[in-house]
Amino acid sequence: MHPVLKLVAQRVALGLLLLLAVSAVIFLGVEALPGDTAQAILGQSATPQALANLREKMGLDQPALIRYFHWLGGILTGDLGKALTNGQDIAQAIGQRLGNTLFLAACAGVISVPLAILLGLVAARYNGRWPDKLISGITLSTISLPEFVAAYFVIYLLTQLIPIFNPVAMVFPGMGFWERLHAVALPVIVLVLVVLAHMMRMTRAAILNVMQSAYIETAELKGLSPMQVIWRHAFPNAIAPIVSVVVLNLAYLVVGVVVVEVVFGYNALGQYLVDHVSKRDLPVVQAVGMIFAAVYIGLNILADVIAIVANPRLRHPR
Amino acid sequence: MPEPLLDIRNLRIEATSYPPGEPPRHVVLVDDVSVSVEKGKVLGLIGESGAGKSTIGLSAMSFGRGGVRLTAGQILLNGRDIRTAPVSELRKLRGSEVTYVAQSAAAAFNPARKLMEQVIETSLAHGVMPKAEAEARARSLFRQLGLPNPDTFGDRYPHQVSGGQLQRAMTAMALCPKPDLVIFDEPTTALDVTTQIDVLAAIKRAIHETGVAALYITHDLAVVAQVADDILVLRHGKKVEYGTTDHIINRPEQAYTQALVSVRSIEHEEKPAAKPVLTVANVTARYRGTHFDVLKNVSVDVAPGQTLAIVGESGSGKSTLARAITGLLPPTSGRITFDGRDLSRDLAGRTKDDLRELQMIYQMADVAMNPRQTIGTIIGRPLEFYFGLRGEAKRKRIQELLDQIEMGKGFESRYPAELSGGQKQRVCIARALAAKPKLIICDEVTSALDPLVADGILKLLLELQAQQQVAYLFITHDLATVKAIADKIAVMFKGEVRRYGSKTDVLTPPFDDYTDLLLSSVPEMRLGWLEEVLAHRKMESAGN
Repeated sequence: MHPVLKLVAQRVALGLLLLLAVSAVIFLGVEALPGDTAQAILGQSATPQALANLREKMGLDQPALIRYFHWLGGILTGDLGKALTNGQDIAQAIGQRLGNTLFLAACAGVISVPLAILLGLVAARYNGRWPDKLISGITLSTISLPEFVAAYFVIYLLTQLIPIFNPVAMVFPGMGFWERLHAVALPVIVLVLVVLAHMMRMTRAAILNVMQSAYIETAELKGLSPMQVIWRHAFPNAIAPIVSVVVLNLAYLVVGVVVVEVVFGYNALGQYLVDHVSKRDLPVVQAVGMIFAAVYIGLNILADVIAIVANPRLRHPR
Repeated sequence: MPEPLLDIRNLRIEATSYPPGEPPRHVVLVDDVSVSVEKGKVLGLIGESGAGKSTIGLSAMSFGRGGVRLTAGQILLNGRDIRTAPVSELRKLRGSEVTYVAQSAAAAFNPARKLMEQVIETSLAHGVMPKAEAEARARSLFRQLGLPNPDTFGDRYPHQVSGGQLQRAMTAMALCPKPDLVIFDEPTTALDVTTQIDVLAAIKRAIHETGVAALYITHDLAVVAQVADDILVLRHGKKVEYGTTDHIINRPEQAYTQALVSVRSIEHEEKPAAKPVLTVANVTARYRGTHFDVLKNVSVDVAPGQTLAIVGESGSGKSTLARAITGLLPPTSGRITFDGRDLSRDLAGRTKDDLRELQMIYQMADVAMNPRQTIGTIIGRPLEFYFGLRGEAKRKRIQELLDQIEMGKGFESRYPAELSGGQKQRVCIARALAAKPKLIICDEVTSALDPLVADGILKLLLELQAQQQVAYLFITHDLATVKAIADKIAVMFKGEVRRYGSKTDVLTPPFDDYTDLLLSSVPEMRLGWLEEVLAHRKMESAGN
């Protein structure tokens, strides 16, 4: 087998193993909480008899190990159980919100990743001169603002001063693509501002690190322009560190944006999770936890795979 | 007289250095150097490290590394002064009129791009020729330079070919855009001797066939004597002597040039065989997790006060043998006897006396010392550790050792960074001697040093050996060094000892094929040596 395929297969297998371990941790964590689902439904004043009946009905009297595998089997077949608070099918409720989450993350990613890398390249090109300082200054100040401050600032600017967007990012099923894009414009802008600096700084640092190499001098002595040197000779050797930071930020865009969702009233997964944590709706918390873990691990596997494929020594062994 | 292609007049090059904790210092790297190269001629630039040879070489592209500035004089390339030309104009001539071949091709090629892309890059970037033509030219250069499978060679990545091949590929890269001038910056220094001779021959042939002019920078006068028409000898950034190759090699006028030509002045009488202090018997070793023996049935010994030289190219197992003897790589079979007792295979099983009596000196003196310790602390450490010396007794012994390495007073409070390369290596020798060892393993100890400095270190080692009857296991790839100091020689190739015996026996014909190849590849300081060797080899291969 080609060594790259072997390495990729290894990474994917390790990722699946890790996901299994995470599922156990999530399950155990919820187990360790005082009380259980039956208690949560019936409340503090329930009689022991009623509790026992409900537990039997829900299968909660089974040993933890059996319930774990039952739950795991459910996840694998797409059955995440029912929410306690409203009896809704969790898979269905999550499905739509996950779509919204991914749409928002994708829009922010499509804008921020190329922009951050471009700014990083420009900053590296003018290392220590004014364009570098300007880019670093602006991106560092946007990352330093708390998300909600940035959000209110953007709302004030783009709905009051220049009223071109709606302050509330309402989306509903059946909405057209452009309509939807217009609706999420403000949260996307805020998220771009938040993740830009980290990726830009890392791109700049990775490029500057590679610029110390002897082959960069070779490229300079070939009479190439500074931007050609960076793009053709430095960037291909800086992909691995850049990708790992990009992926970290993409994962953040999926799992960490609840504040932005709340500010803009955007109906997505983060808000759904926080709602159900406060209501002690444990099946929902477990299900969303697993989804977030899967996204995180999946993206990191992707970063590993890109780093492997980008390395010519692994791609073309001697 | 034809107008020279490159005419450097009264060039002055300066830089600002920033030593830690001190105010910035202004240094003059090159002062008042004038030199010229005609079309199709080769000029050799020669000198020690720090003599300014690379700096002058790069000035032919009006390029200064780091903060290096070309401050005065003229650099006339094809009649126009490029010293003061703007960067946009320089970019046009770099890579098209003048090209550069770096010392370490392995580092100078971009690991992420195929060789062909990099070789034709300048031709395309400067619009010298269309892609198809550039590729065809690259393939014909690959063929001319003797690279294997020239038609597909360019499809490979740098890590897929050997160091000698990369060096030739770099030469092809420099010649591809049909430049007027190529700068060769120590192109064969990082190669083994048997590879060096092939690359040298390929470069010489390519220069001759393309009619390009060249600057050939090296510290090895014997090498430059084979390729250059004229030679400029440099020292501390100043001209020492400038003349034809014949003049410099055969009738040098300046004392410094004479010293360079006659380097390796050491005469060492071979000592008679004696009872060995170290015996390595049938040692076989492999690295953990591999299925390949890096040492195969190696048997050698060395007597007190004598030197066993281990010679071989990179990958021959010389350093691995040192690791096996010191216990860093436990052998899978065989015995190592030291001073009459069996040595434990691994380090953990050795006594403090085993460790003390067997010391090492390394190639890179600067990384073998803690940069944050003073010389006194560095030399004093084994005194404390092995002999429990403290205070005045320790101080006295440190001074004694410093006297032995001819470094005198005032050095114990200084830091490694303040010393020159030769001085650092002397400190490492003193540290090894501090343990009063019976055997010192010297691993390429002079390889990183300039010839004259290396000569001093070898003389010191021989004097110390005569005084203290310490045995040396001297690992090197440099046959000239071996001839100078060895009593016994073991020639290693692919983990085996190919030839072993007293110096006279090993260096007297008839030779086995490998030893013959190795010995005949060492450049000799006379004109026409390269052609003689190549003609001889051609005749032999035709005879077979």
